[in-house]
Amino acid sequence: MSDFTSSFWSFYIAVITLASIAGCAVLLASMSRKHVTTDPDKTGHVWDGDLEEYNNPLPRWWMWLFYITIAFSVAYLWFYPGLGTWAGAWKWTSSGAYDQESAAAERDLAPMYDKFSKLSVEQLAADPQALALGQRLFLNKCAQCHASDGGGSAGFPNLTDKDWLFGGDPASIEKTILDGRNGVMPPFGPVIGEQGAKDVAHYVRSLSGLTADDLRVVRGKDLFARNCVACHGSDAHGNPALGAPNLTDKIWLFAGDEPTVIETVTKGRSSVMPAHRDSLGEARVHVLAGYVYSLSHPAGK
Amino acid sequence: MDVKPVVFHKAVFAHGGSGGGGAAGPADEALYEIRRKIYPRAVTGWFARWRVTIVILTQLAFYGTAWLQWNGRQALLFDLAARKFYIFGLVFWPQDFIYLTALLVVSALSLFLFTAVAGRLWCGYACPQTVYTEIFMWIERRIEGDRTARMRLDRERGLRRLRLKAAKHALWIGLSLWTGFTFVGYFTPIRQLSAEVVALSLGPWESFWLLFYGFATYGNAGWMREQVCKYMCPYARFQSAMFDPDTLIVTYDRARGEPRGGRSRASDPRGLGLGDCVDCGICVQVCPTGIDIRDGLQYECIGCAACIDGCNQVMKKMNYAPGLIRYSTENALAHGWNVRQMLARVLRPRVLVYSGILALVVVAAGASLSLRQPVKVDVIRDRAGLARRAEDGSLENVYRLQIMNASERALKVSIAVRGDHELRDLRIETPSTLEVAPTTTRPVPVRVAARPEDDESGAEHIEFVITAVPAGGSAEDAYVLHEKSSFYVPKRR
Repeated sequence: MSDFTSSFWSFYIAVITLASIAGCAVLLASMSRKHVTTDPDKTGHVWDGDLEEYNNPLPRWWMWLFYITIAFSVAYLWFYPGLGTWAGAWKWTSSGAYDQESAAAERDLAPMYDKFSKLSVEQLAADPQALALGQRLFLNKCAQCHASDGGGSAGFPNLTDKDWLFGGDPASIEKTILDGRNGVMPPFGPVIGEQGAKDVAHYVRSLSGLTADDLRVVRGKDLFARNCVACHGSDAHGNPALGAPNLTDKIWLFAGDEPTVIETVTKGRSSVMPAHRDSLGEARVHVLAGYVYSLSHPAGK
Repeated sequence: MDVKPVVFHKAVFAHGGSGGGGAAGPADEALYEIRRKIYPRAVTGWFARWRVTIVILTQLAFYGTAWLQWNGRQALLFDLAARKFYIFGLVFWPQDFIYLTALLVVSALSLFLFTAVAGRLWCGYACPQTVYTEIFMWIERRIEGDRTARMRLDRERGLRRLRLKAAKHALWIGLSLWTGFTFVGYFTPIRQLSAEVVALSLGPWESFWLLFYGFATYGNAGWMREQVCKYMCPYARFQSAMFDPDTLIVTYDRARGEPRGGRSRASDPRGLGLGDCVDCGICVQVCPTGIDIRDGLQYECIGCAACIDGCNQVMKKMNYAPGLIRYSTENALAHGWNVRQMLARVLRPRVLVYSGILALVVVAAGASLSLRQPVKVDVIRDRAGLARRAEDGSLENVYRLQIMNASERALKVSIAVRGDHELRDLRIETPSTLEVAPTTTRPVPVRVAARPEDDESGAEHIEFVITAVPAGGSAEDAYVLHEKSSFYVPKRR
């Protein structure tokens, strides 16, 4: 597929290329004989009175090498793309070459990944080779958000603790990595107002045992029961099906200080965990799940 | 080999000249000349013995070293795929390329040095083109015979010629393939390679390089020979830049030799008005590049000193002093110096400067190599999350330590962190002792926590102290590395 709007350019390139190659051959043939002047060893040109140039012969094999390169270029341009949009008799493309190399690499790695695919996530979390492989995959793909040690940061979950937004069993972890997650907290500012948001924030802080104003806690509890339990549960323990966090532990995705909690309630949150099914494939995700599981379940515990 | 002083007509010499084959008339000549094959005559002598010695030494090294083992692996191995270069007890990684640079600088300076002193020593004695051409020509001489026999064979037609040529080319091809095989054997372990060859299961790239290098050897040493030196090698062209009037070069003593001419052994040359040169033409016959050294120093002369050996044999037969063609310098000839005066000029400024710089680089590279630590650590800060607050209120920064173990023993590594007093309670939260296998790199995520004294935001300097004890070693053998980094304290909201 050409990027040009007109097919003239393809034709133009092809003609110039072939004409140049033919021109090289013509140049070589026409310049193969020298016109002998009075002195056969010199070119006959004189500069500055007495500056002359020798005309020593080159070896004939040199000329033959030149002709060989011309023949090679013609053959090359027949088999490979080079003359405009002509794809070449072998239809070679760099993306095709890449696909071939990728497929060959996958074939080489297949025995190892077949072995790992048969193990469970818990078993992978105890296998040193799987852990080393999983760590490199993690550092390559996941550490940009979740940090190199898996501890996350503001807005990116800590994978080393026991708190899971969407479920911490091996199957859920694997599904999270494969298909991604979408964590949406709707904004409640318009619903409950500024003071209402502050009240709810204080109540939520009190659930984790943090300092809170008593009056606000009472008012907040009431607001919570009417607005928040649908997602976060009547006991505020969260709902893994929706990704609604457990509000009673001291673990915060976006920080637990008062201004941040108020912001969360007022403006809501939207977090995305990208899906890795297409980019990594199931075999690699399975090994990765083992590593992630090991972060919160260190071996020999 | 007995050399009879005989007068040869110049026209019979195999000489490269202008206007070979295909002249179309006096007004137009072919610009390319057909190569005239050179049939160098065999020669023996002091310099010839030196050349043979060096051929044997270099080829013993090339063909033999590939088979040596060290610690259960090949002693000299350049594993390109794994990017590890094994040279006996040392393992070099791409980070150690500075030593290759040092080696190349040393090679270049050595070249300048001995070329300034004694001309094209490399070309005539050690260059692979010369060495392999000599080996191939030795094979040719054994099969086809001496110079006259070879010239006669090339004029023959028939079964005998076919038989001899086939035998010669078979041996040449066999040696070329062995050379290609040995060359590839420095990149893929040669024992493994030999098993693959026997089982006919060579990989595509190994086959390619084996055949390519084999073909290059066969082509360059069997067919091209002096054409490489004359037309392809740049060294021939810039040698004149490396010589000076005190450089020892293969010289024909014109004053002593001219006028040249045949005479009987009993006669007195001076009485006949002749110089010492009997015009036997041996110096031209033995020359592998086909020049006449009596015309003076030419760019084709590779400094192999075969003409010196040839002429000295004739001089001996004629009871004249040797050295009509000898190593001499421009100044020595111009001023009529004796050998002592000539050699006194060897230690001149140019030579001393080259030697001085060479010594400096060798010492520096050697010292650096002996002090080299096979353990390297790189600290890479996490960039996406600069800092975070832990449950207990501490600040955490996360780093990735890349620990490279270039030695062939496993390492027990422990990581510690040091910082300013402003960072109270500075500690590493992740496991800080680990093992790193031989010749591997290991990425280690490290979580550093601290309680900054004040609320001032910014970057605090910290230092990682990495202690690595090799397997089977004690604490005294430990490598201790210090790597600087920063601990970020974010602004409080």
